[in-house]
Amino acid sequence: MSILIDRATRLCVSGITGREGTFHAMNNRRYGTQVVSGVTPGKGGQDVDGVPVFDTFRDAVAETGANTAMVFVPARFAADSILEAADAGVHTIVAITEGIPAHDELRVSAHLRRYGGVRLIGPNCPGILSPGKANVGIIPAAFFKPGNVGVVSRSGTLTYQIGNELAQRGFGNSSIVGIGGDPVPGSTFIDVLELFEADDETEIIVMAGEIGGSAEEEAAEYIAEHVTKPVVAYIAGFTAPPGKTMGHAGAIVSGSKGTANAKAEALEAHGVRVGRTPSEVSDIVVEILGG
Amino acid sequence: MDLLEYQGKQLLARHGVPVPDGRPAGTVDEAVEAAEAIGYPCVVKAQVQIGGRGKLGGIKVAESREQAREHAEAILGMDIRGLRVHEVWIEQASQIAAEYYASIVFDRSAQAPLIMLSTKGGMDIEQVAEEDPGAIAKLHVDPLLGYQDFHGRRLAFEAGVDPDVVRPVGALLAKLYQAFVSEDATLVEVNPLIITPERDVRALDAKVTLDDNALFRHPESAALRDLSAEDPQERMAKERGLIYVKLDGDVGILGNGAGLVMSTLDVVALAGGRPANFLDAGGGSKADAIVAAVEVILSDDKVRAVLFNIFGGITRCDEVAKGLIEAFGQVQPQVPFVVRLDGTNDEEGRRLLQEAQLPDLEVCATMLEAAERVVALAAATPALQAR
Repeated sequence: MSILIDRATRLCVSGITGREGTFHAMNNRRYGTQVVSGVTPGKGGQDVDGVPVFDTFRDAVAETGANTAMVFVPARFAADSILEAADAGVHTIVAITEGIPAHDELRVSAHLRRYGGVRLIGPNCPGILSPGKANVGIIPAAFFKPGNVGVVSRSGTLTYQIGNELAQRGFGNSSIVGIGGDPVPGSTFIDVLELFEADDETEIIVMAGEIGGSAEEEAAEYIAEHVTKPVVAYIAGFTAPPGKTMGHAGAIVSGSKGTANAKAEALEAHGVRVGRTPSEVSDIVVEILGG
Repeated sequence: MDLLEYQGKQLLARHGVPVPDGRPAGTVDEAVEAAEAIGYPCVVKAQVQIGGRGKLGGIKVAESREQAREHAEAILGMDIRGLRVHEVWIEQASQIAAEYYASIVFDRSAQAPLIMLSTKGGMDIEQVAEEDPGAIAKLHVDPLLGYQDFHGRRLAFEAGVDPDVVRPVGALLAKLYQAFVSEDATLVEVNPLIITPERDVRALDAKVTLDDNALFRHPESAALRDLSAEDPQERMAKERGLIYVKLDGDVGILGNGAGLVMSTLDVVALAGGRPANFLDAGGGSKADAIVAAVEVILSDDKVRAVLFNIFGGITRCDEVAKGLIEAFGQVQPQVPFVVRLDGTNDEEGRRLLQEAQLPDLEVCATMLEAAERVVALAAATPALQAR
């Protein structure tokens, strides 16, 4: 098994006719993902290398049975596209777009929670990879193979770094989920931890957090109560100064809150081991699973 | 984007929040002119984003033209904890019967705006929160419903504001909320919110943070500047489309992706080094972005050595290598470079670097090894400023 995406995923790509949208949609298809359709308003009836393009998500879902959406449109149109995909009835939405206004994210997230039945991953995330099954997003799949380590992360390249270190030690992944670096993520660590806990294939979970907010602290409490599988954590930003946004809109330490130390302490207090470097994370995984 | 006090007040005033009459001034003459127009007594306030500027001599009351000149001369150009004062705000002096606190913040865990109201205004709210948490009334607003009048009443009664101002305080919160949403703010804080002897409610200070991602909807806000808070290197980086944060160490750092760059800073610090900056060259970094990044990093003359830590996903390592080779041709760096390339097209990238035989550039296989090497090189190299 894997989580969120697999061989049954039927993907519709919003923004498929854009340069990045085309590139990554085709990349995902080459990996084996069923890319069944795309949406670009005004370009309905065209196709991108054989993938039919529709004017609306409603048409795309009705005609091609899409159950998953990937959003690649520019930031100012992205919230609208996410809402349109949800309205059309897909159950999973992966929003890659970065730079979406925070108030838009707030409205989207509040609406989706009320609406029910739709899971949003991202925005500002690298997507999801279930090695050997499907790739939705921009994760460079060549570095990962099937296995039993579930990875959930707020950062893209950091995910690759940690995943690569694990791969070099011989570990593969059930799924790799980038939840994104924005202040209002569609799915939190807790949402993804819950899925990994229920996934037969996942034996151990690696979570990579970073400074800002309190998602890691909340995850720590959740793990103590609800997760029976071992969890190994990494936190980026021990040396980040307060008051400065470190690249991700969500990565800012305000006052005494959101520091890497506070997060590491909260996790360790709840029995989660924290690696101080990406290499140390794989050392701990080796120790727990046996290398 | 953090606004200066007066920029925040002007923004709030546009949404009907009552603020004292005032004018900004960038020179002593402008300040005197503003004081004459406003009348005496008036307050000359340094415009820098730092708490406690009053205690540091940045806020002074003027009773006359002469005093206004004297205070403007003293405050303009002064240094407040490392920030130079480029502007003052001349404001009508206010009579104060009571000082409250009001704010709206973006509460990520609740995924909703959080309004806070307290009658303990005029002091550090974090201190109030620690010593007397019950003194702060809090309420989340459903972002799809928006602010309702009962929110204001509930907050005002819970905070214990004077009964005669429950209604006007609620009305002011409504306007703050309107400003928070329609201006795409992530923070609106008024401390103190004053009650005058005539029982009027006014914002005597304003701290507003706007969402950079939404500035495309607010061209008038996008044009606002805070000269005192802008570091020259950070401005240079911004103009070149790079995400750069200046730190105070001597190891220049470039990586791709915010998380990996933060992690690189940590690993360098663990190896005993002190990072000079955070620089995210972004996904898909092309050669010209790398050239710009090298220029920005080396414009900080405290830098003794530079680390490039790239894990290629969308970013192609051969592009990064080409950019580095081009940068060495244009800039001729005077400090050693350590480069770690992994991921998409890494072998090709390393081959290009090897063939180019750049002076003072070493390639390391892992992130840890690269961090240790750059720290050793920084310790052995004098800083540019010391030469």
